[in-house]
Amino acid sequence: MPDRSTSAPDSPTGSAVGAPLVRIRGLRFGYTRRRLVYDGIDLDIVRGQVTAIMGPSGTGKTTLLRLIGGQWRPNAGTIVFDGVDIHRQSRRGLYALRKRMGMLFQNGALLSDLSVFENVAFPLREHTRLPESMIRDLVLLKLDAVGLRGARDLSVSALSGGMGRRVALARAIALDPEMVMYDEPFTGQDPISMAVLMRLIRTLNDALGLTSIIVSHDVAEVMSIADRVYIVSGGKVVSHGTPAEVRSSTEAHARQFLRGEHDGPLPFHYPAPPLDEDLGLSRRAAAA
Amino acid sequence: MNHLFGTLAGILAGLGRATLFLFQLVTALPYVLLRPGIFLRQLYMVGVLSLVIIVVSGSFVGMVLGLQGYRTLSEFGATSSLGVFVALTVIRELGPVVTGLLFAGRAGSALAAEIGLMRATDQLSGMEMMAVDPLRYVAAPRFLAGFIAMPLLTAIFSVMAIGVAGGYLIGVTLLGVDPGAFWSQIHADVHPDDILQSMIKALVFGVTISWIAVYQGYHAAPNSEGVSRATTTTVVASSLAVLGLDFVLTAFMFR
Repeated sequence: MPDRSTSAPDSPTGSAVGAPLVRIRGLRFGYTRRRLVYDGIDLDIVRGQVTAIMGPSGTGKTTLLRLIGGQWRPNAGTIVFDGVDIHRQSRRGLYALRKRMGMLFQNGALLSDLSVFENVAFPLREHTRLPESMIRDLVLLKLDAVGLRGARDLSVSALSGGMGRRVALARAIALDPEMVMYDEPFTGQDPISMAVLMRLIRTLNDALGLTSIIVSHDVAEVMSIADRVYIVSGGKVVSHGTPAEVRSSTEAHARQFLRGEHDGPLPFHYPAPPLDEDLGLSRRAAAA
Repeated sequence: MNHLFGTLAGILAGLGRATLFLFQLVTALPYVLLRPGIFLRQLYMVGVLSLVIIVVSGSFVGMVLGLQGYRTLSEFGATSSLGVFVALTVIRELGPVVTGLLFAGRAGSALAAEIGLMRATDQLSGMEMMAVDPLRYVAAPRFLAGFIAMPLLTAIFSVMAIGVAGGYLIGVTLLGVDPGAFWSQIHADVHPDDILQSMIKALVFGVTISWIAVYQGYHAAPNSEGVSRATTTTVVASSLAVLGLDFVLTAFMFR
């Protein structure tokens, strides 16, 4: 059962800040019919806030971002972005919605045949008719924001993983979207880059009036910048609320995940028969 | 029996998806004209970078034909027909077919691997999330470049095999065939229809190879095994398609 000690998604405490930009209701999704990744979750992404989606590996956090982006279709339920049901849109309508979203992929997803500059300029060239001089200025400003203005002429292959993600972030905000989705933004970052990125995500969100969704395993970092946290496990939202509320949650899954405890309802092992059975120990003992 | 029907249904479904993909590619072609830079870059990648293998192969195929043809024709005292022998063999068959096979190995595999790798590294997903259709931006320019490059490469292969290396170098320079007879017989017996039909074959092979390569890359599983499988399937399927289509086209054209 989800931890309802905190505010329920259908009555967000953030109503003072703004209505939900993304409203998810009864979402069911599975790669196969038998194994559901999401089994009827409700979730609100409140406008103007940084919302963190956390949970153990394999719970479908990245999948949720792809569902919100309309790349995959749910088996049931709705995802509504600013009053528009994402999965009832034509391709033209969906692309119009995506221009209002930015997404930072886990591996950057930079175009390997373009330079750093051209990668950030790509959405501007595709979706605007800005003069070249303005595109140059905008790209340099975005790259400066992530600390990579000096790397503008490098090829993508010359970037480290962390630098690549920062370039991808500059590209994600190139069109000044309303919402940015970050998929594991802190993975592979050194402490300095991580601190800068955390500050950047928060600053961008507040200064530009963005709405941010962060999917991450980095509990301490994400909790420090998020306004709202959802913990998903086993296809359900098991806890949600402000970071302080989630931290004090008594829900077993949330407690185990946040504290990194070995014992609890979240198994470390993938479902398997007992080890002695797999090793045939009982058979060997009987034979002996 | 059920397994057989399942396999057959799977093949038919795959063909259906590939045909639908071809339709989508064709409808995306007008957008390629809006981005001539991308198209020209792809034409360079699949066309210009294939030149070395085409020129070298054309030369060797021509030289072998010159030697074999001279040996056979000399038994009938007809060595003056060496030019037309080499020309018709290359223009009607070896030009488009060998170019097609080489093109599948060089450019087809590169196309499939490149697009497959873009799929595996989320570059295509990234484009979709930036509201840019990867079918228009990635697949269509490569498809168009492929089927425009094939007839050009076939023409270069044929020129190398007949004029520069094959007929002339071996027949005239090395074996002493009269150059006047060599060229006049080509002029008399090679008709514009032969060249047109050769170009039609090259165009059909170009469409087929590019279609298979782009489809395999675009629908590759997003991992290293998927890229490897897409590349291998492209070369095998394209080569078989070239040989099969060559038979069908020859049966219709040269009756």
